[in-house]
Amino acid sequence: MIRFDNVAKRYATGHEGLSGVDLHLAAGEMAFLTGHSGAGKSTLLKLIGLLERATRGQVWVNGRNLNKLRSRDIPYHRREVGMIFQDHRLLHDRTVFDNIALPLVVAGMGHAETRRRVRAGLDKVGLLKKEKVFPITLSGGEQQRVGIARALVSKPPVLLADEPTGNLDPELSREIMELFLQFNQVGVTLLIATHDVGLINHLGKRIVNLRDGRVADDSGGLD
Amino acid sequence: MARRDKARKFKRNRSPITWLLRHAQMSLSSLGRLSRNPISTAMTAAVIGIALALPSGLHLLVDNVSQLSSSWDGSASISLFLNENVNDEQADTVRRQIALRPDVGETRLIDRDQALEEFRRLSGFGEAIELLDHNPLPAVVLVRPQERIRGAEAVARLAEELQGYLEIDLAQVDLQWVARLGAITGTIERGVIVLAALLAGAVLLIVGNTIRLDIQNRHSEIEIVKLVGGTDAFIRRPFLYEGIWYGLIGAVIGLVLVLGALYLLDGPVQRLAGLYESDFALAVIDPASLLGLLLGGPLLGLAGAWLAVGRHLAQIQPD
Repeated sequence: MIRFDNVAKRYATGHEGLSGVDLHLAAGEMAFLTGHSGAGKSTLLKLIGLLERATRGQVWVNGRNLNKLRSRDIPYHRREVGMIFQDHRLLHDRTVFDNIALPLVVAGMGHAETRRRVRAGLDKVGLLKKEKVFPITLSGGEQQRVGIARALVSKPPVLLADEPTGNLDPELSREIMELFLQFNQVGVTLLIATHDVGLINHLGKRIVNLRDGRVADDSGGLD
Repeated sequence: MARRDKARKFKRNRSPITWLLRHAQMSLSSLGRLSRNPISTAMTAAVIGIALALPSGLHLLVDNVSQLSSSWDGSASISLFLNENVNDEQADTVRRQIALRPDVGETRLIDRDQALEEFRRLSGFGEAIELLDHNPLPAVVLVRPQERIRGAEAVARLAEELQGYLEIDLAQVDLQWVARLGAITGTIERGVIVLAALLAGAVLLIVGNTIRLDIQNRHSEIEIVKLVGGTDAFIRRPFLYEGIWYGLIGAVIGLVLVLGALYLLDGPVQRLAGLYESDFALAVIDPASLLGLLLGGPLLGLAGAWLAVGRHLAQIQPD
C-alpha cells in the first residue's frame, strides 16, 4: 500500500529531512513511526500525503507513483489518504458535524449520504451527542476524536496520524489507540508517528524507528 | 504491492446536475457569508456602487443632451430675408412659391410692418426706430423644412438652394450652435468612456483587495480544505461568487443612485424646459444601460476576485 524506495527529502533551507529511506507497508498493515523530534517522522508522513515532494527516490501509495502525480491530481490523492494531526486542524467557526462532513462536501457527496456517514463516524468516536456544538467547547481528547472522524468519514484506505496523542493524558491516549486498532481490524492501513514508546510497545504492532532521516530499526510486526 | 505501469485513474465527479447544484449552493453560501458582516459588505458595495454610478449617470446625461440637440436640429427653421425693394404682395407670392417645394413644410411671412412691430416690442430700441423716416427692416419668410429633411447638412443644403431665388437676400440657418453643442457632447462622451474605464479599474482593485483580505482571514480554512482533498476549483469558487455578489450589489446601489439623481434633477429640468417652451423631459435609464450596469457590475466583481484568487490561493499550501 505504501512503499518508499531510497527516498530523500532535502528542504530549500538545506536541511535534510530524510536521507535514503526504504520502507514497505502492506495493505491492511498498521505500523508506528518513532524517533526523536527531527528524525524525519513528520517529513515521511508529509511525503505520503503529498504535502511535500521527495527530492530523490520514489514514493508509491495505493498503486500510484507519487513522483509522477500532477499537481491537479493531488486533491484526489488526498481523498484516499486520511490525515490526523497533533493540533487537530479543525475549523472553529463550524460545528462538529460540518467539520466531519468537510471531506464529503469537498468530494461532492449528496446530503443524505453525507448525513448518514457523518453520523456513523460520530458514533464510532463516541461523539454522537456533540454534532451541533463548536469544537472550541470540546476537550482536547474530544477534539482529537473529531479530527479522527473527519479523517475516516470518506473511508480512505490509508490513514496517517502525526503525534495524535501528543497533547493527551495517558488514559485518553489509550482510548485513541484503541480506536486505531479497531480501524485496522476493518482493513485500513495505518501509519502513526509517535514518541510515546510506552504506549505502543505492548500493542504488538510493527515499530519503525527513524534516526537522522534513516530507518534505524524496523521491528517487523507480529501480524 | 501494485507497481503497475499505468496508475489507476482517480474518480472524478462529472455529473452536470451535481455541478450545477454545487454552484447554486456555493453562491448562496457566499451570499450568506457576506450577510453575516452587513456593515463591511455594505460599505464595500457602496464604494463599488458610487464607482459604477458616476460613469452611468454621466452617460445618461450626455445621452439626454445629445437627444435634446438632435431634436433641435430636426426642427431647425430657415429665415429668408427678402430684398428691401420687394413689396408685401410680392413677398407673399415668394412665400407661396416656396411653399410649393416638396422639401418645404410650413412657411410663414413676417411682412415689413410686422417685423418693425416685433422689433419695437422686443428690442427696446422702439424710440430710436421712430426717428428713422422709413422702415429699415426687410420682410422675412420663415421656412420649416419638410419632416424628412433632417440633420444640419440637409437643412443647410436647402438653405443654399433657397438663396438662389432672386427676391431672397439671405437665407440663414441658425444651426451652428447646435453643431457646437454636438461637438461638446461628443467630447464629453469620450471623457465619460475614459472615466468609465478608470472607474472599472477601481472596481477591479476594490473587489480584488477585499477578496485578498478575505483569503488571508480564511488562511487556515483554505489549508484544511486542501488537506482533505479540496480541489483548487472548489476553493476558488466561494471567493469568485463573493466577487460576483459584491459587483451585483454594487450595481444595484449604483442604479439606485442614478435613479435618485434623475429624480432630483427632474423638477428643475421641467422648469427649465417650461421656460424654453419645450416639452423636453429627462429620459429614464435606457434598457441597454440598465443591462450593462447589472451585467457589468458582477462581471467586474468576478474579474477582480479572479485576480486576487489567482495571485493568492496558490501561495497557501498546507504543511
